Amino acid sequence: MTSLSHPSAPERKNRIGKRFARLAAEGRGALIPYLEAFDPDRATSLALLKAMPEAGADLIEVGVPFSDPSADGPTIQQAAERGLKAGATLEGVLEMVAEFRQTDDETPVVLMGYCNPIDRFGPEKFCRAAARAGVDGLIVVDLPPEEAALLAPHARANGLDIITLTAPTTPQARLNTILKNATGFVYYVSIAGVTGTASATTAQLRSALERLRQATSLPVAIGFGIRTPQQAAEASRIADGAVVASALIKTLASTLNDGQATPQTLPAVLTQLRQLAAGVRKGTFLE
Amino acid sequence: MQKPSSPEHAPDSLRSGPDANGHFGPYGGVFVAETLMPLMQQLKQAYRQAQADPGFQEELNAYLQHYVGRPSPLWKADRLTERVRTEAERNDQSGSGATLYLKREDLNHTGSHKLNNVMGQILLARRMGKKRIVAETGAGQHGVATATVCALFGLECEIFMGATDVARQAPNVFRMHLLGAKVNPVTAGGGTLKDALNEAMRDWVAHVDDTYFLVGTVAGPHPYPEMVRDFQSVIGTEARAQMIAQTGRLPDAIVAAIGGGSNAMGIFHPFLDDRDVRLYGVEAAGLGLDSGRTAASIARGTPGVLHGNRTYLMQDAHGQITEPYSISAGLDYPGIGPEHAWLNDIGRVDYVSATDAEALEAFQLLTRLEGIIPALESAHGLAYALKLARTLPADRNVVVNISGRGDKDVPTVAAHLGVKLS
Repeated sequence: MTSLSHPSAPERKNRIGKRFARLAAEGRGALIPYLEAFDPDRATSLALLKAMPEAGADLIEVGVPFSDPSADGPTIQQAAERGLKAGATLEGVLEMVAEFRQTDDETPVVLMGYCNPIDRFGPEKFCRAAARAGVDGLIVVDLPPEEAALLAPHARANGLDIITLTAPTTPQARLNTILKNATGFVYYVSIAGVTGTASATTAQLRSALERLRQATSLPVAIGFGIRTPQQAAEASRIADGAVVASALIKTLASTLNDGQATPQTLPAVLTQLRQLAAGVRKGTFLE
Repeated sequence: MQKPSSPEHAPDSLRSGPDANGHFGPYGGVFVAETLMPLMQQLKQAYRQAQADPGFQEELNAYLQHYVGRPSPLWKADRLTERVRTEAERNDQSGSGATLYLKREDLNHTGSHKLNNVMGQILLARRMGKKRIVAETGAGQHGVATATVCALFGLECEIFMGATDVARQAPNVFRMHLLGAKVNPVTAGGGTLKDALNEAMRDWVAHVDDTYFLVGTVAGPHPYPEMVRDFQSVIGTEARAQMIAQTGRLPDAIVAAIGGGSNAMGIFHPFLDDRDVRLYGVEAAGLGLDSGRTAASIARGTPGVLHGNRTYLMQDAHGQITEPYSISAGLDYPGIGPEHAWLNDIGRVDYVSATDAEALEAFQLLTRLEGIIPALESAHGLAYALKLARTLPADRNVVVNISGRGDKDVPTVAAHLGVKLS
């Protein structure tokens, strides 16, 4: 469905569109785990990225560490601090994705981060490099559609989706405007708050999705506040996908010793991911 | 003296910015999370309505006069001028020493220019029906001003302040407590102003329905840079009229310190279209522009996006924000207002700097010669003004914005002078 929006990029893989179409055919929503690149070090984070699809990730969000993540809660902020301490740069994150692509050419990868590292890298150069590395989409937290001109032409030229964020505070008229030219999928930030804090109720999610469906035919993923397999199952049933971030990072952080990865780090996160995936797949409530 | 006709409406006016999207050239804008976008639009709409309502300006003027204590005096600093002339002569400089005038924002209630803006925004927040106010503060002047108006109007007030600044600005923290505000020390990052700003934004995202974010400087997402500038422009409007009344003409130069840049923008703005008036924004060089310990965002920064706007930022090659440094907590910010970034690029304002040491010297000089203890922020502006005045002919007039009083900085200055206060 998104390929029509990118006539200038015929060679584009369009992994995001294909993946959502396949899941729709299977009759289930996507599980979208998040990892912060280089958290707590490059090797661990790359190993985690490579292991995620087998553990049940349908799409993967890779966080680009930033020094001032003002829309994130303490969990992701600390993950970003660990990543930066481990030497994360935008270039380094792209190299990580490129290495992941050597073994997985199917799973969509979306980068999530803030404007400034991209602005500094150079938006055009960045979009070219990201596409070459195998990135499929970009979620830029502090880049509303009003400012998208900074990135959009370059993203379009390189076949990258800029994922549009919507929030409970977004009025219907604004939804219609900002989703008119949206591509990839729509990211619904389910709470007015930072990552890893409150959760929305099922009823709130249902009525939000009703509003969103009127404004777009794109798949919708719900993020912010999804922690348990039950919540992931519910969210992925109400919408087309569920993003789990802080809950996985909390697990990762709990295995660290003095900020360093331990033998428990990978198994702990992957076990949690499998439980979330089982919830999404069976649609059953697991505790 | 010819009076420019309604400068805001002249087609080539430098006062007409920002554009409809909040941009000053390539700077400014609204770089915030989607959760906040509708709120930014509401705020802009509320501000436009207030601007169109003569009752709003009338109400604000009444508070400025009867509560803030405006107009603030413009003081001809004869003893300081005499010192400048003696030095100009002794050093055989090109000039013979200009006359210095001081715009006394330190005489406002709560001791700084901050109250001008805070008074404007609190009246707006009340019109918007907000019940709770959050704000960030560095040196504490903006926090104290915000806590003050919240006390005046009976609003709930929460102030975010870097843990480092809480430690070095203890008297201001206590003042905020006395005024009934809750002060949240922020330990994330370096525990300074930029981290306090992140934390205030997080709080705001979580409480968008009832909370007003009272921004203290001419930075942040549109319409804050424009709004804060407008509320602070009272400084320049007064200074313009006062100079004409006292000297019969416009000043030759205006000098003001720059952190985020609100006192500077406030005094510069009414003069932007008077091209013969030279404007100087003085950044904090810290230990020196090339020491790696500086807060000079224009001199040592590059354009980027932080805290809702595109502007000059102190950052590394990878776009990570670096920790600024200045002896003055109020200048210790890695960015600058977007309108300043633009005025720098088009060359209308000269952005220069003063070091910690130069500011300390100017601080003592003003105290000894005029009996005015300035804020360390203002001392940076004064330090450059003293240098500038020495190079100018004696018939020139230079206005320095004394943005705040220095009571809060007395412990910092004492420590640097090796004096132990009990």
